[in-house]
Amino acid sequence: MKRLTKATLRTALNLLFFSVIGTAILAFTFNLTYELIAQSEEKAKLQLINQVAPQSLYDNELIKDSITVPASAQLGTEQDTVAYRGRLKGQPSLIVLEAIAPDGYSGKIAMIVAISYAGNITGVRVVTHKETPGLGDYIDIARNQWINLFAGTSHQRYGEDEWKVKKDGGQIDYMAGATITPRAVAKAVHNALHYAEENRASLFAENEIDTKGASKQEAGTK
Amino acid sequence: MKLQEVKDILHNGLWKQNTGVVQLLGLCPLLAVSNSVVNAVSLGLATTLVMTLSGAAISPIRNFVPNEIRIPVYILIIAMLVTVVQYLLNAYMYSLYIVLGIFIPLIVTNCIVLARIEAFAGKNPVLPAAVDGFAMGMGLTAVLAILGGMREIFGHGTLFSGFDLALGDMAKGWVITVVPDYHGFLFAVLPPGAFIGLGLLIAGKNYLTLRAEKKAKALKAPAANTVTA
Repeated sequence: MKRLTKATLRTALNLLFFSVIGTAILAFTFNLTYELIAQSEEKAKLQLINQVAPQSLYDNELIKDSITVPASAQLGTEQDTVAYRGRLKGQPSLIVLEAIAPDGYSGKIAMIVAISYAGNITGVRVVTHKETPGLGDYIDIARNQWINLFAGTSHQRYGEDEWKVKKDGGQIDYMAGATITPRAVAKAVHNALHYAEENRASLFAENEIDTKGASKQEAGTK
Repeated sequence: MKLQEVKDILHNGLWKQNTGVVQLLGLCPLLAVSNSVVNAVSLGLATTLVMTLSGAAISPIRNFVPNEIRIPVYILIIAMLVTVVQYLLNAYMYSLYIVLGIFIPLIVTNCIVLARIEAFAGKNPVLPAAVDGFAMGMGLTAVLAILGGMREIFGHGTLFSGFDLALGDMAKGWVITVVPDYHGFLFAVLPPGAFIGLGLLIAGKNYLTLRAEKKAKALKAPAANTVTA
């Protein structure tokens, strides 16, 4: 028995020794790289945001002016998301929202939607999707310009019933071969526009402090 | 370490015991990321780096690790090295890291890495172990690259597209449009294309090996005849 305990202990210590060395090397590498990683993540995020938010529309450090948007059925989000607020000379001018189309052909389609203070959509980008390569993936800007047709749309341009693909009697163009995908995207973009209109007060608030006002307002309207 | 030894190890890894078309280990990334040359080569090189490092790291401690716990220790070291590579990729080649995504951590579970450690690095000195890891990794990379090229040409009609993701803007002009105005062939891009492509590669390798054997026999036979005569 004693011998067994001793052997077990020795083996455990041996394993522990290697774990400690491994952890130390990992900690060292992490320390070396985490700043760079955070930087490139921020850069990638800003690059994406700049594709939907025209730089002429804001002059603040948009990426640092964010609010937490609570999970919302209208946005298709199941968790709190971060929205970025653009300001021009201190006045709120733009909001970048995360929206999810839950009903893509194969799962969720995550996108970002930028909406101006005037209620115009300035741009939409699909961030992640699992649509069929070659068929439904034209919603991705890397494949096709299709998603740009949302830039400049608003409720002034398309009436309430026109935010549908042409096949369903709406105004949104789509490509043969895949209708479910653009249908889901159009619906989600329209919902996001509704969300922005209904939560104007909190999304385009003057103050630069992170408020949870949006949640109160949404709870109030229900 | 003699030159002949290095040559033997390289020949083993790149051709005779090629992981992709002979040992058929590590098929998970082979099938998943080989839809374009850049993805295939990037993951192949990342795997090669991990295999070289793990060979070099495990060989010197092979006599200190008790036999009973060698597998946990090996896995621990491989996992640590993969995480280091992941951090470095994330920090210095961000866009490539985004493309390879989940497949980098999956190198840990790629059986070829552990297989070479068990079969080679655990029994040999540091230098041969590192060379073996490198050769095996490069063999895999070569198969991945060929498969990626085949699937890219048949699937998208291009070759070397997306290299700017890995190497920056200077590689933007590298794209070769093999078939102009190509409408794409989805089958080649999806997993079945990988299976069939790999099957063709294995067949090709077997054909070449058989032919070489026949030639060797044909050379030997007359020689034997002259002796008996």
